[in-house]
Amino acid sequence: MHLQLSREINSVRSVKESEDTQQQIIRETFHLVSKRDENVCNFLEGGLLIGGSDNKLIYRHYATLYFVFCVDSSESELGILDLIQVFVETLDKCFENVCELDLIFHVDKVHNILAEMVMGGMVLETNMNEIVTQIDAQNKLEKSETFIFQSPRQDR
Amino acid sequence: MALKMVKGSIDRMFDKNLQDLVRGIRNHKEDEAKYISQCIDEIKQELKQDNIAVKANAVCKLTYLQMLGYDISWAAFNIIEVMSASKFTFKRIGYLAASQCFHEGTDVIMLTTNQIRKDLSSPNQYDTGVALTGLSCFVTPDLARDLANDIMTLMSHTKPYIRKKAVLIMYKVFLKYPESLRPAFPRLKEKLEDPDPGVQSAAVNVICELARRNPKNYLSLAPLFFKLMTSSTNNWVLIKIIKLFGALTPLEPRLGKKLIEPLTNLIHSTSAMSLLYECVNTVICVFFFSQLCVQKLRILIEDSDQNLKYLGLLAMSKILKTHPKSVQSHKDLILQCLDDKDESIRLRALDLLYGMVSKKNLMEIVKKLMIHVDKAEGTTYRDELLTKIIDICSQSNYQYITNFEWYISILVELTRLEGTRHGCERIILSKSMCRSAVIDVLFSNQTLEAMLRPKVTTLPGHIQAVYVQNMVKLYASILQQKEQAGEKEAAQEITQLMIERLPQFVQSADLEVQERASCILQLIKYIQKLQAKEVPVAEEVIALFAGELNPVAPKAQKKVPVPEGLDLDAWINEPPSDSESEDEKPKTIFHEEEQRHSRHRQPEIDEEELARRREARKQEQANNPFYIKSSPSPQKRYQDTPGVEHIPVVQIDLSVPLKVPGMPMSDQYVKLEEERRHKQKLEKDKKKKKQKKEKRGKHHRHNSLHTESEEDIAPAHHVDIITEEMPENALPSDEDDKDPNDPYKALDIDLDKPLADSEKLPVQRHRNVETLKSPDSEVPLVEKKSKKPKKKEKKHKDKERDKGKKKEKEKKVVEEEEDEVKKKSSKHKKKKHKKEKEEKSKDKKKSKKKSHPSEEEPPESVQNGTLEDEPLPVSSCSKPLRFSQGNLQHDSQVTVSVIFENKSTSFLKSMELNVLDSLNTKMLRPEGSSVHDGIPVPFQLPPGISNEAQFVFTLQSIVMAQKLKGTLSFIVKDDEGSTHEKLDFKLHFSCASYLITTPCYSDAFAKLLESGDLHMSSIKVDGISISFQHLLAKICFHHHFSVVERVDSCASMYSRSIQGHHVCLLVKKGENSVSIDGKCNDSTLLSNLLDEMKETLSKC
Repeated sequence: MHLQLSREINSVRSVKESEDTQQQIIRETFHLVSKRDENVCNFLEGGLLIGGSDNKLIYRHYATLYFVFCVDSSESELGILDLIQVFVETLDKCFENVCELDLIFHVDKVHNILAEMVMGGMVLETNMNEIVTQIDAQNKLEKSETFIFQSPRQDR
Repeated sequence: MALKMVKGSIDRMFDKNLQDLVRGIRNHKEDEAKYISQCIDEIKQELKQDNIAVKANAVCKLTYLQMLGYDISWAAFNIIEVMSASKFTFKRIGYLAASQCFHEGTDVIMLTTNQIRKDLSSPNQYDTGVALTGLSCFVTPDLARDLANDIMTLMSHTKPYIRKKAVLIMYKVFLKYPESLRPAFPRLKEKLEDPDPGVQSAAVNVICELARRNPKNYLSLAPLFFKLMTSSTNNWVLIKIIKLFGALTPLEPRLGKKLIEPLTNLIHSTSAMSLLYECVNTVICVFFFSQLCVQKLRILIEDSDQNLKYLGLLAMSKILKTHPKSVQSHKDLILQCLDDKDESIRLRALDLLYGMVSKKNLMEIVKKLMIHVDKAEGTTYRDELLTKIIDICSQSNYQYITNFEWYISILVELTRLEGTRHGCERIILSKSMCRSAVIDVLFSNQTLEAMLRPKVTTLPGHIQAVYVQNMVKLYASILQQKEQAGEKEAAQEITQLMIERLPQFVQSADLEVQERASCILQLIKYIQKLQAKEVPVAEEVIALFAGELNPVAPKAQKKVPVPEGLDLDAWINEPPSDSESEDEKPKTIFHEEEQRHSRHRQPEIDEEELARRREARKQEQANNPFYIKSSPSPQKRYQDTPGVEHIPVVQIDLSVPLKVPGMPMSDQYVKLEEERRHKQKLEKDKKKKKQKKEKRGKHHRHNSLHTESEEDIAPAHHVDIITEEMPENALPSDEDDKDPNDPYKALDIDLDKPLADSEKLPVQRHRNVETLKSPDSEVPLVEKKSKKPKKKEKKHKDKERDKGKKKEKEKKVVEEEEDEVKKKSSKHKKKKHKKEKEEKSKDKKKSKKKSHPSEEEPPESVQNGTLEDEPLPVSSCSKPLRFSQGNLQHDSQVTVSVIFENKSTSFLKSMELNVLDSLNTKMLRPEGSSVHDGIPVPFQLPPGISNEAQFVFTLQSIVMAQKLKGTLSFIVKDDEGSTHEKLDFKLHFSCASYLITTPCYSDAFAKLLESGDLHMSSIKVDGISISFQHLLAKICFHHHFSVVERVDSCASMYSRSIQGHHVCLLVKKGENSVSIDGKCNDSTLLSNLLDEMKETLSKC
């Protein structure tokens, strides 16, 4: 559970922090988020760690997973909640019925999917079909390379 | 070789992949750190291998470890290696790792510039995409400057996927390299109307982000956004635009009216809650505010959905800034929210309270908050509450506090709370500040004693400093009191106490505390002497504090202009030698201090005397029955409680006892205050007098009440808390309010001004060009330009295709001259031959580089009969760079030399030649570059100049002619600016070009023919009119044969291919016809060669 969280926080990466600070943010965020009840709002005011009062944590809770986004005031709160939903649905499509273990063992893929949605801390694409199309195309490209890779002549 | 490969892949099989690593870590929960350090060792080994797949796998694992908090910056260079892999699979791993661990301090980051540029121009859109994504995470000012122009170009890429990424990343580029904003802005603006919704959304995103920081520069875009708002159906875009208008409207009030209608439409039509909320939010906050809207928010807040409740409060706080009164009426609701189980909501409500207080309700609100403080379990929330209480009370210099006794009692209560270390420091600070203001109101012996407790020294320095200062004030007041009452002994006692305790502050590590304490100590010792002589000193001591001494504003020093001619860095006196000063300086400080404060000089006290006095004092104390022995007791009393608990609790000597059994003491004040106000009101009603009688007998000096305060509530004590002091000649500037380091300030750029010529994005200079200097290496980004040439370029391409010919030259076209140039180029295209020579075989061992260009080439150009003014691509030789037995049959190299002639009047530079490889023929690229990378032409071309460049190709099979498509891209630079252009061409490798002219003796030739290994084929060409001699010369020249024997009109010829095929010809000339019989090891090669010959001959 902790791991997933860390990934999401890392992915926000709006500010480059040292690994220690990153871990501290993750721990603290996890601590904050995990102790919240069900049926409370999905927003958390920013502490100093995440860059002050302009920033907020917006999270969604799915079974054992927390998806936490840290955003500033230029984003719409409800919009980000929708975005998390899109993200989760995209994961579901790309992994075919995503489960916790998929995410644990394929961190890189999750990153690649997220990279199609959020780039350099800004929302890039919100249309799930578009995201899935691009991800599929890249996977195909990767597969074709694997094929070439195995043929010795090309390998040289 | 094969064995090595097998071994390699077996090794690879045993490498852990990411999944194994994750599994391993999960299985080693107890000794995770050990397991991981083991893994890191393995990874280091893997990184040392040459195989890029192994490296990529290692980097992939490192990325995961980075996420677990391990520093992987040591592998930065390996990450770059993986980034530059040609395969997308690896490239993506590399860029992901880079985006996770690179930052501005990563020194190897500058090595990535060229790699990223290459990837950006890759024909594979995903290479470009992954580079953009990575770059967005680690772009530095240098990268931004170097790549801004490349990214600009990508904003007009044909693929929307690239366009949207390029547009979005421009924001990062602007942040790091603000100079790029103006040149890039026109194109960015264009993208607002891009046909692709994703690109449009990205452009809106970037502009909104820019406008949020500096809205005034973007007012001119309002009409465009207005259009978008009414036409777009993308909720994301709409939300952004609405937020943008929220920022723009305050600057241009006329916008508001226009927006009402579309916004109302949206509110009615949308089903998305997020959009609805943003509309409502913007509407209320900016455009037309009404009580009705606040009512609507109230409904939101009362909603059972916590998210809406939160957002409602959030919106409310925005209204609060503009219309505080209307929010105040909902105090009940907000106070209710304080009880919510959700901390986020409670914090929001707290924020609202801050803006809601008035003189009237302050006490009531604070009382409620105090109840919450008691109830709050979480320390974070409690700290937040404490801070808020203090903030609320102290805002605008305690504007709302009418009764400082009450406030002090609140503070005292707060300090009593347990486990709030964090909040306590704030309280003490605020208390001390407050005390300096209200000190005259509250003083007592006990306070002073409390303040002198040793534990105070555990507080932070800046608090101690305030503390020490206030101590003296207190001391002065008490002294006066005692003297007036004639209690000389008591007065001396208090002096003694001061002298006793002050040294602990003198030893403070904080300079400020130390200085203040030692000044005061000296002062008090002097007073003691005077007291001993029974001289009344109280009046004079009080006089020390007679004037107002306001705090100096933190920026005051900065605001004083440096007088003309004053050099602050110059020495006033000669720099003192090291030995001096140390001891003397402090003395002068004291000296001045005392001169100011008293007329008499304090005789200096040396250590001995001090010791003696201390001794005497101790003696005295021991004998004094009234003296409470200080030494161990206070410490003991507090020994077992944590440090913050020792904050002195002020016992205030007041009309009301602070401690009322069973009731928090601040409540007493609330009651009293109510009484007081009531009384006040009555009095006022009766007499309408402005002067009031004393309310609280004890405080003589501060009972003149201001009866005309806004809310008709007179403060119980008048306390002057004046704003921070500024020097008289301070400059009235607000500049310093802005943080000079604010990254957004640099982006405050006027975008409406037309672009000046000097505003260009830097374009990379060609590294190899030192001899040819380009007139200007910068390219102004003028949009219109780049479009026109593109169309022209297409025409060129069409033409080329028609001619179906080989390679040609670049050409640049400037408007009118274009036609002319075209004719020329098409003409010469026909004749142009690209040719290549292969060669190789027996002399493999020789070093090729030296021999070929010098020996082979010149003869060849002669043979080719180059025409003067036509650029001829000339071929030269080739050679396998590597010789390896197993590959001989499949690995041959051909060097193609190409002559570039600039027939235009413009300057050409940054030429890059790229060829679309076929399975059989590949261009040899530098190590590490992908198959999609072009090869830079190592020179620039001024008008009318030609130059030659060579390119090496690898071939597998030579039995067939090859045609490769290629593109030459280059930058055309003329007076008006520069454009990027491309020229497509085809590279034709004829079979003849694989032959090397090799002499052969006739007997060897005869043996060869007899051997029977050769396939045979023949052709006959009619209509040949040229002489046999001439004909043979043509075959020798164009097809690289040599004559073995000639008998009359019959000749035998020989040549050899780069892969060792023998080719023998028997040429017979009849009347008007020629027949050629050929023999060769490879029948396909032979028939192709004969076909080519037929074509050559038929032209004769």
